[in-house]
Amino acid sequence: MFGTGGYPETVDPAACRAAYALVAAWLAASTPELLETRRRQAELFFRRIGITFAVYGDPDADERLIPFDIIPRILSSAEWALVEEGLKQRVAALNAFCADVYGSREILRAGLVPEDLILANPQFAIGQVGFRPAGDVWVHIAGIDLVRTGPGEFMVLEDNARTPSGVSYMLENREVMLRLVPELITGETGEGGVRPVETYPEQLYASLRSVAPPGCRGEPTLALLTPGLHNSAYYEHSFLADKMGIELVEGSDLFVHDDVLFMRTTAGPARIDVLYRRVDDAFLDPLVFRPDTVLGVPGLVRACHAGNLTLANAIGTGVADDKAIYSYMPEIVRFYTGRDPILPNVPTWRCREPDALAEVLDRLPELVVKEVDGSGGYGMLVGPHATAAEIEAFRAKLKAAPAKFIAQPTLALSTCPTLTDSGIAPRHVDLRPFILTGAGGSTVLPGGLTRVAMRAGSLVVNSSQGGGTKDTWVLGPRDSAGGPG
Amino acid sequence: MLSRNAANLFWLGRYVERADYLCRLLGATVRLAALPATHGGAGTAWEAALKSASAADAFGATGRPITDGEVARFLAVDPGNASSIRCCLEHARTNARALRTALTAETWEAINSAWIEVQRFGTTVAEPITLMRLVETVKQSLLAFDGAAHRNQLRESTYWFMRLGTSLERADNTARLLDQKYHILLPRTEPVGGSLDYFQWTTLLRTVSALTAYRWVYRDAIKPWLVADLLILKKPMPRSLAACYEDTVFYLDRLALDRGRQGPANRLAVAGLKRLEAETIDTLFQGGLHEFLLGFIADNNALGDAIAEQHLF
Repeated sequence: MFGTGGYPETVDPAACRAAYALVAAWLAASTPELLETRRRQAELFFRRIGITFAVYGDPDADERLIPFDIIPRILSSAEWALVEEGLKQRVAALNAFCADVYGSREILRAGLVPEDLILANPQFAIGQVGFRPAGDVWVHIAGIDLVRTGPGEFMVLEDNARTPSGVSYMLENREVMLRLVPELITGETGEGGVRPVETYPEQLYASLRSVAPPGCRGEPTLALLTPGLHNSAYYEHSFLADKMGIELVEGSDLFVHDDVLFMRTTAGPARIDVLYRRVDDAFLDPLVFRPDTVLGVPGLVRACHAGNLTLANAIGTGVADDKAIYSYMPEIVRFYTGRDPILPNVPTWRCREPDALAEVLDRLPELVVKEVDGSGGYGMLVGPHATAAEIEAFRAKLKAAPAKFIAQPTLALSTCPTLTDSGIAPRHVDLRPFILTGAGGSTVLPGGLTRVAMRAGSLVVNSSQGGGTKDTWVLGPRDSAGGPG
Repeated sequence: MLSRNAANLFWLGRYVERADYLCRLLGATVRLAALPATHGGAGTAWEAALKSASAADAFGATGRPITDGEVARFLAVDPGNASSIRCCLEHARTNARALRTALTAETWEAINSAWIEVQRFGTTVAEPITLMRLVETVKQSLLAFDGAAHRNQLRESTYWFMRLGTSLERADNTARLLDQKYHILLPRTEPVGGSLDYFQWTTLLRTVSALTAYRWVYRDAIKPWLVADLLILKKPMPRSLAACYEDTVFYLDRLALDRGRQGPANRLAVAGLKRLEAETIDTLFQGGLHEFLLGFIADNNALGDAIAEQHLF
């Protein structure tokens, strides 16, 4: 079940196999030297346009490249139809859940989720109780991490409902592939061709525009709030602001006057109606959250509550994508949508429950254990890859604070062919599709960010842990890009 | 436009112009240093280069001897010298990165490439040939940057702020270069010196890429007062003080159109241009070239401050 095992995606439905065959022909026609040249061209392209990310705690890597694999990952239209429907359902449930826990709390009255898990959750924003955001949308931009274990078997590994990142890599990966192998992408690759993803910025703009606050008069002004140059996702922030044609602002560019948000411009203050913020809740407003923050703006939350500003995503959505809540998502989906989840969860033990804890402690060497509020692959235990000493150290941590952890079986993640130092070999992959929600509903971009574990047998795909990315091809009629939400 | 972006664009223009000036200065110095000692020679050439870069004090503080290798390293690639070509490009690139949204992809790629290229040279330049390669490479990258900006940037505040930084920095560089050499720029009443001075004048002209231009404008042997005339008063010469001020006034006018009103910076720039237009080379020498240049540099700095204040940097 581990190591080089895992479902190989190249054996998928006929449409997909045909597309992979074209890719295989291209690879076969290219010498290893040529492939290496292509790989280096791709890398040079990324450096020139400045796509880099920072690795925290590594002083030499202020601007590092994410390894890019030139072999695309291909999904058929039938597979995608399932994923798309499942994602819309999931996001609908996440939005309904936020509206409910900050509203009438029916799910608590129904006893489906333990009260303390929500009300005592550090991500629960008490100030949002009773607040209704424009269009009742809380999670405008979601990134749902999926893994795959077999044909048609996609599972949700993690929900990202706060400030999910990675969409710029998805767009630039496609851009690179268009430069490297234009004939494969623009040609008849199967089922019509590779569906375009480059409409994302327009869809994002339309989606954000649709949730202008009640206090907005006329055409809304949008801006993107970044923590600044040294944030690991700064490139993405500037990329998206640029593609949408909106200002990229920092906290120091902004001020609130009479509950209205303004940015400082060369022509004087200019009003902002919708702020796509890529700053975490805790740093948004020193009057409400951390008083020492310089990344946010005093008065931002009041501007929101006064109906003069829409924040995307809304404050407090972290309560919905918390890893402790994750294990309740099947119940949550059923509660709000009245249907079984189309995309199941990965089986999860809640270590807060004594029975589950006992079983987890028993089977530690074969499980993956995560902190409920951790991210980026930090602070987790991958049992089959850990030494005995590491397992024992983790066991102590787990016993000391079981409520802080969840455990999952080590999955046989699907694999895709990947260009490695020793030729083309299967590597484990996951997928982060992006879902936009506006006043008119949700849109799923046909594609997503495929992350690949570059080391043989490794299951850790996080870029901060040396994971790479691939272009993701969803096959289907090209005009089916989907309208803005 | 965000005030922070306006400031970043203005400084991007300044740093790029300064890196370009240093490239030309180093190129001219390598040529001068290659002459026999009786015509100038290595030691004095590199010392003069430090002065022309306004870097003599900073270099002195390092305690290193004035040799070709040391000075070239200091001016070209020293990460410890905030005004080296390398550091100028790093600052320029950091400013550009902070305002990615205000630049076209090509303009950004050009300045990013310049920074990537200069890093390849490391932090020493062992041979003159390496230095020349660096100078040529950086000059090419900066031409690409200028070209991308010229061809593709929208003609709006973004572009005007960047160009404004360029014209202001350019005027400062030319004025400082002239001030280092004012003692060889003599009025026509003085007897002209020997071949030593001749090479100093040609080096000065080369530093601002004006040697050929000189011949076209004057069709005359190189005379020191005409060198001064060319670099201070001749508007067709793009690095002359008059040309820089004509540009500065133009860019400030464009910005005023964009925001709907003129301000103190516009008035200061126009006054500066009028002063230059009223001068002749004879009046300049009568009043004292050194005094004139010192006054100009101070006024130019004051204009920089007024621009920042007017546009809420």
